[in-house]
Amino acid sequence: MKKSYKIDVDCANCAAKMEEATKKTDGVKDAVVNFMMLKMNVEFDDGADPKEVMPRVLANCKKVEDDCEIFL
Amino acid sequence: MNKKQKQTLIRIIVSAAILITAHFIPVSGVPRLILYMIPYLIIGYDVLKKAFKGIINRQPMDESLLMCIATAGAIILGIFKDLSGETGDYVEAVAVMLFYQIGEWFQSVAVGKSRRNITELMDIRPDYANIETESGLEKVDPDEVEIGTLIYVQPGEKIPIDGIIESGSGSLDTAALTGESLPREVTEGNEVISGCINLTSPLKIRTTREFCDSTVSKILDLVENASSRKSRSENFITKFARVYTPAVVYSAIALALIPPLVRMLFMGLDPMWGSFLYRALSFLVISCPCALVVSIPLSFFAGIGGASHAGILIKGSNYLETLSEVDTVVFDKTGTLTKGTFEVDDIHHCPIDEKLLIEMAALAETASTHPISASLRKACDNELDRSRVSEIKELAGRGVTALVDGSKIAAGNTKLMSELNIDYTECPDDVGTIVHVSIDGTYAGHIVISDTLKPGSAEAIQRLKSCGIRRTVMLTGDEKKIAEKVAAELHVDEFHAGLLPSDKVDCVDRLIGEQAGKGKLAFVGDGINDAPVLSRADIGIAMGAMGSDAAIEAADVVLMDDDPLKIPEAIHIAKKCLRIVKENIVFAIGIKLICLLLSAFGIAGMWIAVFADVGVMVICVLNAVRALFTGSSK
Repeated sequence: MKKSYKIDVDCANCAAKMEEATKKTDGVKDAVVNFMMLKMNVEFDDGADPKEVMPRVLANCKKVEDDCEIFL
Repeated sequence: MNKKQKQTLIRIIVSAAILITAHFIPVSGVPRLILYMIPYLIIGYDVLKKAFKGIINRQPMDESLLMCIATAGAIILGIFKDLSGETGDYVEAVAVMLFYQIGEWFQSVAVGKSRRNITELMDIRPDYANIETESGLEKVDPDEVEIGTLIYVQPGEKIPIDGIIESGSGSLDTAALTGESLPREVTEGNEVISGCINLTSPLKIRTTREFCDSTVSKILDLVENASSRKSRSENFITKFARVYTPAVVYSAIALALIPPLVRMLFMGLDPMWGSFLYRALSFLVISCPCALVVSIPLSFFAGIGGASHAGILIKGSNYLETLSEVDTVVFDKTGTLTKGTFEVDDIHHCPIDEKLLIEMAALAETASTHPISASLRKACDNELDRSRVSEIKELAGRGVTALVDGSKIAAGNTKLMSELNIDYTECPDDVGTIVHVSIDGTYAGHIVISDTLKPGSAEAIQRLKSCGIRRTVMLTGDEKKIAEKVAAELHVDEFHAGLLPSDKVDCVDRLIGEQAGKGKLAFVGDGINDAPVLSRADIGIAMGAMGSDAAIEAADVVLMDDDPLKIPEAIHIAKKCLRIVKENIVFAIGIKLICLLLSAFGIAGMWIAVFADVGVMVICVLNAVRALFTGSSK
C-alpha cells in the first residue's frame, strides 16, 4: 500500500535524511521524500498498518532531523 | 514569509544591532566576553540546541555541530588571547554565526518563494464543481461528483472534470495545459478536458470520468511526482555530500594537529597552535555542502515546472537529463509529422467540373466508413443528399459502384477500373491514395487523397538540427514513395518505410545500437500503437496527449498538444536546465576548494569561509531559479 503525507522540513539535506530514516523503519517498504513539493510518499510492507507504522516513522525522522514534521 | 522565517529575521536584526553596539562599549576582560555572548546566544541558541540533540541522537556529522565547534573554537581562542594580555576577537565568532543564520534564512525564503512560484505555474487544480440541486446551483468538491453527472461551468471558471458538452458552445483557454495561447472553440457533443478555462458562455457538461481519473488529476500527479525520479546529477551530489563533509572534517583535524607537531618536533619552530586551530575552524565552516544539496534539486524542479507551463510534461529529473543528451530523434510519421487525417490533395485528368467529380465520388461512397470516404465528404461543400444514391455496391479492396442521379458511378483503385474495362490514366507521382472515378463507363479522372504535413514540422526538424541534433529519422508504415516525398519535404536525414508496428521496435533497436558515444535516442510518436517503441527508446516523447491515457502512461515526456515545434523546445529547456546544474556544481565545488586551500595556508579567515558557505549557496539558488524561465520563442 502507498500513502502520501504532507511534511515540513527546512533543507534538502534534511529531507534526504528523513528519507533514509523512513526507509529504515520497520513496516516501510520504500519511501520517497519530495523536498520541493514538501510531500512524502511511503510504500508500506504487506499487512503493515500505516496508522501503526507512521508514528514510528515520525519518531525516527525526529531523531535524525529535529526540525521536521510529518502531518499524519 | 512564515512565522519561523520572521522570527529568524528579527533575531538577525537584534543580534546584529547588539553586535555593532558592543563594538563601541569600552569594556574589557570578562564583561566584554559576556557582552559578546548576548548576541551570540540570541542568534545561535537553536544551532547549539540542534548540535546537542544531534550528538544525543548519534547524528553528529551535521552542519549545526560544525558551526558550533567553529564558533565556540573562535571564542575560546579569544579567551586565551584575553588571558595572555592581548584583546581577544569575539566579533568573528558572533559574525560567523550571524552570517550562517542569514544564509539559512535566505535559503529558506528563496526556496519557499520558488516553490510557490512553481506550484502557482502548475495551479490547474479546480477547487469546485457546480451541480444543479433543488435549491439551485451548488458548489461541491469535484471528488464527490459521479460519472454521468451534469456540471455547469460559468465563464471564467475551470472545467473541473473531463466530460462531453451537453449544451452550450464557446471558446476554452487551454494555455494552462498546452501552453497554446489560442483559444479552442467547442460546441455541443465535443469532448472537453478538465483544466481548461471557459472563456465565453456557460457550458453544461456531462462528466465521463471521475475527478481522480480526469486529465487535471493525472497531470498534477505526474508533475508533482516528477522530482522523485532522481537524475544522475542528483545522485552524484548525494554521494558527494556523503564523502565530502567527513573528508573536510578529518582534514580539519589533521590541519589542527599535524603542521604544529611537525613545526615543533622537526623544525624546532614555534608550533603556532592557535593559528592552525583557527585555520582548521575555518575549514569546518566551509565544509557544509548545502549549496549543492539545495540548488541541484531546485534546478530540476524549476526546469520541470517551467516545461509544464509550456505544455511539456517531463516525468522525472532523470528524463530531463536524458533529454538534454539526445542527439538522434526518431519520428513516427502519421500523427506526429503529418496530421494523420486524409485530405483531398489534388484532382487530375478531370474533364468535368472538379467539384462535381468530388460530389459524385462522395455520394457513391456515402455509405462507407473508410477514412478515404470521410475525406471525400469533407472536401464536398454541399450537403450530401443520400436519396440521390441507390444500388451501392462495396467491392472490398477495389472500391464502390453506385447509381447517383441516374448515372452509373464507379470510384476505386486501378483494379476496379480494369475490371470494368475502363481506360484509366495512371497517376505519375502518386504519393497518396488515388481514387479513380468513372461516370457511365467513361473515365472522369482521379482524385489524390493524402495525409497533409503539420504546419510546424519542417521548422521543427530545422530547429532540432540547429540545437545540436545529429540525426533525424522518420519511421512509417506507409509505402516507400509516400515516405520519400515527406522525407524530402521535411529534410529528415533518413527514413524507413513499410514498417509494421513490431518492425518499428526492431528499427529503433538497431538505431540505438548504431549510436556513437553517449548520445541518446528519442522517439516521438502520437501514443497510438507505438507504446512499445516509446518505452524502447532512451526517451519516449508522446504528443497530442490531451485526454489520451495510453500516451501519458507509455511516454517519458508528454507534449500536451500536437505541435511538433514543442520537440525542439523541450530539448532546449532540458539543455538549459542541465547547463545550470553543471554551472552550479562547478561553481560551488570550485569556490569551496579554493577557499579550503586559502584557509589551509592561512590566507583566508573565517569571513571568507562564511562567504564560501553562504554566499555560494545564495548564488546557486538564484541561478537554479533561472531554470524556471524556459525562454520559449513565444
